[in-house]
Amino acid sequence: MTDILNAIVRRILSALRDLAPIFIVIAFFQIAVLQQSFPNLGDTIVGLVCVVLGLAIFTQGLESGLFPLGEAIAQAFARKSSVVALLSFAFCLGFGTTVAEPALIAVAAEAADVVAQAGLISSSENARDAYAFTLRIVVALSVGVAVVIGVVRILKGWPIHVMIISGYVFVTVLTFFAPAEIIGIAYDSGGVTTGTVTVPLLTALGVGLATSIRGRNPMVDGFGLIAFASLTPIIFVLAYGLVL
Amino acid sequence: MPIVVILVVFQVVVLRQQLPNLKQIVSGFVLVLVGLALFLVGLNDALFPIGETMAAQLTSSNVASSVADVRWADYLMVYAFAAAVGFATTVAEPSLIAVSIKAESASGGAINAWGLRLAVAVGVATGVSLGCFRIVTGTPLQWYIMASYAVVLILTIFASKTIMPLAYDSGGVTTSTVTVPVVAALGLGLASDVPGRNPLVDGFGLIAFASVFPIMTVLGYSLIVAKLTSPTPPSPSEEE
Repeated sequence: MTDILNAIVRRILSALRDLAPIFIVIAFFQIAVLQQSFPNLGDTIVGLVCVVLGLAIFTQGLESGLFPLGEAIAQAFARKSSVVALLSFAFCLGFGTTVAEPALIAVAAEAADVVAQAGLISSSENARDAYAFTLRIVVALSVGVAVVIGVVRILKGWPIHVMIISGYVFVTVLTFFAPAEIIGIAYDSGGVTTGTVTVPLLTALGVGLATSIRGRNPMVDGFGLIAFASLTPIIFVLAYGLVL
Repeated sequence: MPIVVILVVFQVVVLRQQLPNLKQIVSGFVLVLVGLALFLVGLNDALFPIGETMAAQLTSSNVASSVADVRWADYLMVYAFAAAVGFATTVAEPSLIAVSIKAESASGGAINAWGLRLAVAVGVATGVSLGCFRIVTGTPLQWYIMASYAVVLILTIFASKTIMPLAYDSGGVTTSTVTVPVVAALGLGLASDVPGRNPLVDGFGLIAFASVFPIMTVLGYSLIVAKLTSPTPPSPSEEE
């Protein structure tokens, strides 16, 4: 336990370094450009202390918890060599973590409001909630599919650039047919899916798999899961816009 | 936390084996959750309100009265703010920190964690800034994105095979807990304040810019590092 505490103190210093740009930017624009003092200086300082401590604790937990966990799971699956189990795990991981992603919930709700304003769906609360919920499910499904594709790629050692670029081509084609209102939302949904717990876990899983499978290189094959998880939501949401 | 349920179910039912260092992993997991919660509470209390008011004030400070009055040069301060916010939030992004740690160890130190993060941050800064320019000028999102895809395609041809997956990943990693709320507020605020812009069509899309540009800068960063071939990669102030 003292080990962990010692490490946390060290991490606080690096967290301060990580967060310094934000503090500088906000202070500069607030004071020099907008020429205003901070509204609730006390609250702000308490909040900043929380941010620094939180980031320090988070990175400590990453190295002692999430990374080893992802790698242990990857090695266990590689040893068991049950592809079905691995792929269903991949799907559940992608779907389960995305459905509950706070960033996605926020964007889906905003998207529903804007779509309702544009008159594409009725502006009743029910209709908007239903739209936001369906959007979330669509995005979560697409991330589940993405992680499965990504894991299959690691197993087979397919070249990633061919797959990603054909994905881009597909996105481009769909964009021509999709309604204009959905395009911005679709492109954005690719970015919001991959949250702060999911990313380290997926990265550790990919690198772990690539390390334990013979003939795979962790750099060439281990990364890329997140790339798929960012691409397929665009495709699924555009397709959803076409169907709607 | 559905993630915990999934992990436990698969661990117990499918793999049926004990994790090594179970204690350490559980305490690490708890640390991650506690740290993240604290981080988010702090952001919500301190940074997001300020960021959102600033975005609102900056975007409404020079209101053009009609569509014809909209000149992109009137919004220089908005572009500068967008770039600064994009850069700063990306450097602080916890998931990017995680991936860069992993990349440094997986590459045996060939990839410098800080260099990677700076490259990504420069990419997000450029992307968000250009995205604001797009909102002000009202040009269609898809042309920008497709042009970016084309640049990515060209860079992919020249880049080394080892950096490619990482570069593609960095696009999705950047836009997470810290960046998305601030950037989304900026986009929607800007689209509602500039005359003739529809928040639905023009307000979204900033995150898309922030996801594509890091791919370019990371690919570019790897090309520059490869060219210099010095043992310690220099700081990547270059872009694209």
